[in-house]
Amino acid sequence: MNAPVNPQALKAGTSRRELMIGATVVGGALLVGCSPGDLLSIGAKEDFGAFGPFVKIAPDGAVTVISKHIEFGQGNHAGLAAILAEELDADWDRVKVEQAPAIAKVYANLGMGVQGTGGSSAISNSWMQLRNAGAAARAMFVEAAANKWSAPAGEITVKDSVVSHAKSGKTATFAELLPDAAKVTPPKTPTLKDPKAFTLIGSDRVKRKDSLAKSTGTAKFTQDVHMPNMLVAMVAHAPRFGATVASFDATEAKKVKGVVEVYQIPTGVAVVADNTYAAKKGREALKVTWNEDNAEKRGTDKLAADYADWAAGKGPLPEKAKWESFEAKGDLAKAGSGQVFEATYDFPYLAHATMEPMNCVAQVSGGKARLTFGSQIPTVDQLNTAKIVGMLPGAVEIETLFAGGSFGRRANFQSDYVAECVQIAKKVGKDRPVKLVWTREDDMTAGYFRPMVHHRLKIVTDKDGYPTAWTHKVVTQSIMKGSPMPSKGIDETAVEGAKGSPYLKATPNVDGQLMLTDVGAPVLWWRSVGATHTAFVMEHTIDQLAKKAGKDPVAYRLEMYKRAGADRHAAALQLAADKAGWTSPAPAGWTRGVAVHESFGSVVAQVAEVKLVDGTPKVGRVVTAIDCGTAIAKDQVAAQVEGGTCYGLSAALFGKVTLKDGAVEQTNFDTYRVLRNSEAPTVETYIVPSGNAPSGVGEPGTPVIAPAVANAILAMNGQATKSLPFVKA
Amino acid sequence: MATMLDVNGKQVSVNADPDTPLLWVLRDEVGLTGPKFGCGIAQCGACTVLADGSPVRSCSVPVSAAVGMKIATVESLGGSHPLQQAWVKHDVPQCGYCQSGQLMSAAALLAHNPHPSDADIDAAMDGNICRCGTYQRIRAAIKDAATMPAAPASTAA
Ligand code: FES
Ligand code: FES
Repeated sequence: MNAPVNPQALKAGTSRRELMIGATVVGGALLVGCSPGDLLSIGAKEDFGAFGPFVKIAPDGAVTVISKHIEFGQGNHAGLAAILAEELDADWDRVKVEQAPAIAKVYANLGMGVQGTGGSSAISNSWMQLRNAGAAARAMFVEAAANKWSAPAGEITVKDSVVSHAKSGKTATFAELLPDAAKVTPPKTPTLKDPKAFTLIGSDRVKRKDSLAKSTGTAKFTQDVHMPNMLVAMVAHAPRFGATVASFDATEAKKVKGVVEVYQIPTGVAVVADNTYAAKKGREALKVTWNEDNAEKRGTDKLAADYADWAAGKGPLPEKAKWESFEAKGDLAKAGSGQVFEATYDFPYLAHATMEPMNCVAQVSGGKARLTFGSQIPTVDQLNTAKIVGMLPGAVEIETLFAGGSFGRRANFQSDYVAECVQIAKKVGKDRPVKLVWTREDDMTAGYFRPMVHHRLKIVTDKDGYPTAWTHKVVTQSIMKGSPMPSKGIDETAVEGAKGSPYLKATPNVDGQLMLTDVGAPVLWWRSVGATHTAFVMEHTIDQLAKKAGKDPVAYRLEMYKRAGADRHAAALQLAADKAGWTSPAPAGWTRGVAVHESFGSVVAQVAEVKLVDGTPKVGRVVTAIDCGTAIAKDQVAAQVEGGTCYGLSAALFGKVTLKDGAVEQTNFDTYRVLRNSEAPTVETYIVPSGNAPSGVGEPGTPVIAPAVANAILAMNGQATKSLPFVKA
Repeated sequence: MATMLDVNGKQVSVNADPDTPLLWVLRDEVGLTGPKFGCGIAQCGACTVLADGSPVRSCSVPVSAAVGMKIATVESLGGSHPLQQAWVKHDVPQCGYCQSGQLMSAAALLAHNPHPSDADIDAAMDGNICRCGTYQRIRAAIKDAATMPAAPASTAA
């Protein structure tokens, strides 16, 4: 996700009652209306040590960095710890990472205004904050040593958690200096290192801190929470979006050994049991009748046909729907008459299909609520919980655990599965822990899909084959609609990547229009959000234009980047092309395809080697160049590029969720095919050297592979790809 | 009625009904956290354990079928198994949720085939999905582990 937030200052002294109303009426309204800091944190326990909220130093000198961001695979904990450890000059081998509690005032994402992880922003928004925190703590040790040794602070050095004064030959460990250092007043504006003096950041020593725990089964996920007296819940959900419980019969369910109780909750009927299997069997024995009066009953075939018609100007638009301009310049009428290129592209709904299906543990009693799970946006989860249990958001305690992937799924404004768990825990009451377990089927059919999208393009080119006029229509569902972070103008998440594209910058006459439509299936950001489709449309279109112009795809892009002033695109592309050996022939049997896209502040260029095996694309070597500013943890940048490429390729090859009469047809990995080991490419990652501040890494590696593969197929057999996934059945 | 299971070399007594999937018995009753729930239908491999040295999807094996077999979970690898060393060296895990299953499939592979080819790895590892896309590191780590001194006999297979 990458939504900007628009927080307005809320007047000080808001009474508890107003807050309760804000939180009770619409959890989100509070979020929009308030300055996220103090207000959201009322009721939170704050207890930080001498070195502030981001670092703890134990009596034995061990340094623990507190991460305000969840770790669900991105490797951000390694990078965040390295930033602080660099400025502190801590002994990296002994640095540990701990997850921060939910306190928006202290741990807000500086790019969002609330506590949350998303938009590939963990490193970038923390960069200066953690450098300052590390440098301040370092200064406290330096001052303590200077006082103790009567030496000038400027002569004191720190290395690997040891403080030294060369002239006097004195040294002391963090442990030895701790009592004195803790008493020093932290400097308000500590002196930061010159990046040239970094010894840890950007070095090969920055490795993950959680690899051993995750290789021994000891890393703790929500699924692993076991508490005394804990109950396990499963919920019977409606088969169609928008349906509600008409009636239910729990007689048989209650006969299942281990089933404790059955409750109706807003999202269905919950079976609560002593253990997971009993909850599952109890749910199977339930009889529920659904009221489908307001349910979505359209199928995706009908939706896709409608989207295409609307974009083509055929048939009436749905009620209230309108075209909104996302990019307009020049005058299409004056574009002159050149060659015309037209294309349409269709993208299906996609499931996030995280490895760990959604789950949560909640305890509710009187005026208390406590959640234990992988919370991606704790502030939103606090607000939605507060709304259900009637308490101050800041007083909702959240212990954030590792999560088995998210890819956007857990950053949900409705806190869907969290709210469901809290509803059940509220029924159970007495502070008794309830673990809500979603099966894969629950997870896949619950929605929050990457929206279906239709693009329609008409491009006029000049005599050299470069665009002079670009008409671009997009039809999709809005991700931001109904969110507490509404966009001020257009829903950027629907068009980002087309909007702002260097190709549009290089085109004198542009008319880009977006139409948003309502469908009952809920949608959400999916790793790289708008770029999941815009990167494909722009990059595959460019290759088709280059082909029509009889130009090399790399050279054609470089010319467009020159016209657009897109130097970072050009540099990344050049690096990828060089490393891939673009100008020399591909290995026998393979064809190369190239694509470049900027998202979350980072530019990624990929050259993929592709062949068709029985008509299915097989991707071998993928050479990637990424400009992500300063790279903190280089190997984790590579890991995210590898993983993002697999995630993007999985969807490009196989990903498709369809609705039949409104019901989701794919329920598990047997019907929603995902990439497997033998289908995974070998990705090489090269980082464009940069002195800029860090930019996003978690998502930008995802959207580029699909167009690179499509472009390879175009080069191979002249066939353009009009819809994803590549594998149709 | 109590059932006796041999889990990681220990005899454990469990009360689950015979049709209960082994996965839920290992997690909810035995209290292990290594084997994970990912799909419940033998599609993803997150729940992989060894039964008499062969990888099985514990989500789809009723506990009654596991009686009399030696069940080994990732916990049995001990933490310094060559595969675990290689996993750490290559920083294989991302979210980590699939990795217990990956490791058990890999452990079974190496136990029977100490120097697997690429095709052997494909065949052994294709039942284990990783949504984070750690596949190329898994392959590299398996090959690396294959060059390390063998694990003590008490582990995995
Ligand atoms: S949980 Fe057993 S194979 Fe997926
Ligand atoms: S590491 Fe996340 S699913 Fe494999």
